Amino acid sequence: MKYTIPAQEVMCSGHKACQGCGAALAMRYALKALGPRTIMTFPACCWSVIDGPFPYSAVGVPLFHTAFETAAVVASGIRAGLDARGEKDVNVVAWAGDGGTFDIGIQALSGTTERNDNIIYVCYDNEAYMNTGVQRSSATPWGAVTTTTPPRHFKKERKKDMMAILAAHSIPYTASASVAYPEDFIKKLNYAKSIEGTKFLHILATCPPGWRSAPEIAVQLAKLAVQTHAFPLYEIHEGRYFKMSMNPAKKPLTDYLKPQGRFRHLTEEQVADMDRMIDERYSYLLEQAERSKPYFDAKKETK
Amino acid sequence: MSDEIKWKKESDMPLMAMSMGRMTVNKTGSWRNLRPVIEKEKCIKCGICWKFCPDVSIRLDEEDYPVVDLEFCKGCGICAVECPKDAITMIKEE
Ligand SMILES: Cc1ncc(C[n+]2csc(CCOP(=O)(O)OP(=O)(O)O)c2C)c(N)n1
Ligand code: SF4
Ligand code: SF4
Ligand code: SF4
Ligand SMILES: [Mg+2]
Repeated sequence: MKYTIPAQEVMCSGHKACQGCGAALAMRYALKALGPRTIMTFPACCWSVIDGPFPYSAVGVPLFHTAFETAAVVASGIRAGLDARGEKDVNVVAWAGDGGTFDIGIQALSGTTERNDNIIYVCYDNEAYMNTGVQRSSATPWGAVTTTTPPRHFKKERKKDMMAILAAHSIPYTASASVAYPEDFIKKLNYAKSIEGTKFLHILATCPPGWRSAPEIAVQLAKLAVQTHAFPLYEIHEGRYFKMSMNPAKKPLTDYLKPQGRFRHLTEEQVADMDRMIDERYSYLLEQAERSKPYFDAKKETK
Repeated sequence: MSDEIKWKKESDMPLMAMSMGRMTVNKTGSWRNLRPVIEKEKCIKCGICWKFCPDVSIRLDEEDYPVVDLEFCKGCGICAVECPKDAITMIKEE
């Protein structure tokens, strides 16, 4: 059998994620790339429950449960401790939800990032505060229903551009990824592992109960998010140079929205509005990638 | 790490609260309403079902055919949707 992703399983069965949980898939893939020489930090999020109650754990690596605000900075501290002991071969990974990243953890993350501490920060983005019952976060997309943005008052703000905020700190590597494209996700983690400094990965993770979608289409939805350009996959190197990881022909946005109860209330005009916002953002990314071409060409030549 | 926690004496215990056991003690197969059934005749051994299982509940046997671990499979149905050959059917559990 030729595997397209590493065969090793570090995360085990028996974890407490819902059926079809994208966050569980994200962890399984991440640990395949990271391997057992990894230490993780989790702030309060679904994963602090998925991992299991004391005295059990599912990740298969040492894990530190942190306060909601502090995933990044606890990871920084663990790295400092490892450095003091001269241990160089350990990956330190902060693993947080969108609430713990876009909202409440942003200050600690910004601090870690400004110091360019040598950690990998992975935000698994299920686009709301799922663990506490689906409240909107600044990662919730425009148009979505959550318990705090009910159908008549659906979310009217756009999703925060976290990738741009991280890139503005001039860190060496920022990338988006998806549970529907594990090969791409693992490739990005391997690159993140290979370089020093703060690395940020933003991964879209389907949440069937929060998105009000069927568990069996969890991977299909994550794929459609990329194919409809709603969640583009790209990298930002050195905070300035953009590279599209894939540039698929755009599928109709409704392919992505229709199977999700959280978008069911949207009228045709509202879907068109949403589509416009998505196109606007996508063409901005394409422009940036075009501008960055000489940088990546030069990089190729020096190789 | 082992599945069960075995401490012989008190001094074997860690100094702070640490989870030393594995969640494989939690048999999530009991959550399942639908069970994936694989038709070997249709299977091309691509491993896609294995790749997309969020519960690490599919392994590949010596001949590379997928086998579902019913002790843990939660019956999400992702494997059935992702299979390119429609070799997996979800059937109702009794
Ligand atoms: C300071 C603080 N405020 C609130 C909470 C309650 N809380 C625990 S998990 C959670 C939601 C986390 O959302 P997110 O980071 O998106 O992760 P998800 O649950 O969606 O995986 C909240 C609000 C807390 N634990 N600590
Ligand atoms: S609520 Fe969503 S993110 Fe949380 S465990 Fe369930 S499916 Fe996963
Ligand atoms: S139904 Fe879900 S949990 Fe069960 S084997 Fe298939 S993908 Fe895994
Ligand atoms: S996805 Fe389908 S064809 Fe591929 S290994 Fe699994 S059952 Fe066989
Ligand atoms: Mg969330």
